[in-house]
Amino acid sequence: MSTSVFAPWDDPDAKPLIRFRNVTKRFGDFVAIDDLTQDIYAQEFFALLGPSGCGKTTMMRMLAGFESVTEGTIELAGQDIANVPPNKRAVNMMFQSYALFPHLSVYENIAFGLRRDKMAKDKIDARVAEMLKLTRLEKFARRKPHQISGGQRQRVALARSLAKAPKLLLLDEPLGALDKKLRQDTQFELMDIQESTGTTFVIVTHDQEEAMTVASRVAVMDEGRIIQVATPGGIYETPNSVYVADFIGDVNIIKGTAKPAGKGKYFLDWGVNQAPILAASDVGFSEGQECHLAIRPEKITITKEKPEEAENTVQGKVLDIAYLGNLSTYYVQLPDGQIIKAQTANTRRLSKRGITWEDPVWVRWTATAGVLLEK
Amino acid sequence: MMRRFALIAVPYVWLLALFLVPFLIVFKISLSDIALAIPPYTPTLKDGFGALIEGLDFENFVFLTTDDLYYKAYLSSLRIALISTLLTLLIGYPMAYAMARAPQEWRPTLMMLVILPFWTSFLIRVYAWIGILSNEGLLNQLLMGMGLISEPLTILNTNTAVYIGIVYTYLPFMILPIYAALDRMDDSLIEAAEDLGCSRMSAFWLVTIPLSKNGIIAGCFLVFIPALGEFVIPSLLGGSGTLMIGKVLFEEFFNNRDWPVASAVAVVLLLILIIPIVLFQRNQQKQAEAET
Repeated sequence: MSTSVFAPWDDPDAKPLIRFRNVTKRFGDFVAIDDLTQDIYAQEFFALLGPSGCGKTTMMRMLAGFESVTEGTIELAGQDIANVPPNKRAVNMMFQSYALFPHLSVYENIAFGLRRDKMAKDKIDARVAEMLKLTRLEKFARRKPHQISGGQRQRVALARSLAKAPKLLLLDEPLGALDKKLRQDTQFELMDIQESTGTTFVIVTHDQEEAMTVASRVAVMDEGRIIQVATPGGIYETPNSVYVADFIGDVNIIKGTAKPAGKGKYFLDWGVNQAPILAASDVGFSEGQECHLAIRPEKITITKEKPEEAENTVQGKVLDIAYLGNLSTYYVQLPDGQIIKAQTANTRRLSKRGITWEDPVWVRWTATAGVLLEK
Repeated sequence: MMRRFALIAVPYVWLLALFLVPFLIVFKISLSDIALAIPPYTPTLKDGFGALIEGLDFENFVFLTTDDLYYKAYLSSLRIALISTLLTLLIGYPMAYAMARAPQEWRPTLMMLVILPFWTSFLIRVYAWIGILSNEGLLNQLLMGMGLISEPLTILNTNTAVYIGIVYTYLPFMILPIYAALDRMDDSLIEAAEDLGCSRMSAFWLVTIPLSKNGIIAGCFLVFIPALGEFVIPSLLGGSGTLMIGKVLFEEFFNNRDWPVASAVAVVLLLILIIPIVLFQRNQQKQAEAET
């Protein structure tokens, strides 16, 4: 294993910092977390991603100690933390609402946790100063939370939760209240701080871009289960299900039946009067098995002329064009009514664009461009 | 411009007509002398303006200092008002806290229950307490029936009965502002405090109490101010030993028919009350500023 790449999850000897073992959480009849097993390693930036109600917040609150576990165990650094109350856990949380104490100054907010540890006054001063510096809040130490901006409040919340140097920092939608521009800057700031402090971060978010940007690994959740855990690249390029492929980014899903076509290759029969699609897959499919091809729009090339020697080619006409500035997405309608999205980078000026509405076009992609999925 | 002026004028006219003018009349009477006439003081406007001004003096205020009844009554009122405010806070805070922590769907009902007593006349409710607290009253019968006491407790016509009456009557005024403050509080603040190492108890002292401070202050003033001048409760539930300025005031007006001295007592009471009222206003103002 290469030492330059941070990937403890691939190392069988690595000891996880957090272990969820067959954890189930029920609220009455409602199953919030369903028999979940997952390891999270030290110094990871682990993102829990999913729609609201998928259980990601419950998972985080169980780590913080605000929710008990119905079944199973959660271990932190090898210890079962079921009976450890929140105030005794080496875990701190940054709340979605920030939960800054409105009656205390920025300084007092950051010092709050340190004072509870009965730390000496000069040590508290030094630690708070360090945190203020880390989050560039030195000038605002004396202000009350209502006297600073939303972005500054977010940084106070981060400084306060980092002040006690927790083993694990939980971030509940930390950037949800910020506007887009500020959110992007803050994402990099979060990554820098995570790296420089070496703290393990677990972040809960419903924003897939945010998860992809900051996380070392992303867990996509749905209905109390983790559907897939992988690096952002892994999640995007090799989703394990239609749900994950569809949840992350834009995707074309083509449904059909498989027919083996040599080693690691399959033909996908998918439409009347259409040549079968050739697709590579590491997963085996039997003849006639129903499957889905997930293929990203940017991996599909669109041309006006019929391409020569392409592994997969389909003809259609342009139904719609979504112009995003840097990119354009073409919605190509096939004769049978299916729509395939093809994306191109707008490297040339708009006026030089050759393809417009109603144009007959060809779309093509390689056998390895997509992923064959069972479900 | 005219409309804005009219809008601002309304509360000022209100204040002028219903507070300042009556106060000036009372103040004028306090500077007059007692007389066997209708009205029972002299001089009046009938004597002419010059004679009226000449006839006024501070004699009655001087008189208040010569008889220790008055200053004892003021002090005793202050003490009773302070102690009952404290008792109301001790009982009201947990109730407000429980209401704010109750499930959302229960809160309107609980709020109704707190306000419900207001639907019955205040006098009837105080009379009801006589029925409960008297020697043959419900409380004594219950305690004796249970065998806890062999002789009835003397509660009615003592200061204890006055405290019970005041606490009972003014409890909603304590609960409602504290409840409002606690209800506004974000629950995640308590979780954040626990997350940062607080026990439940210390989170309560370090976060909940400071954040409900304005509600506590408002509640205390809302109880303290009317309790200080309270007349009905001490006269119905208190005994001869209960000395409260409201009672003294009543006796001066209606038993002694000494309007000038009674007015002087009222003016001094108002001066005493102005301090907490101003403090209360400042608290409200500070709170309003903090929220903007």
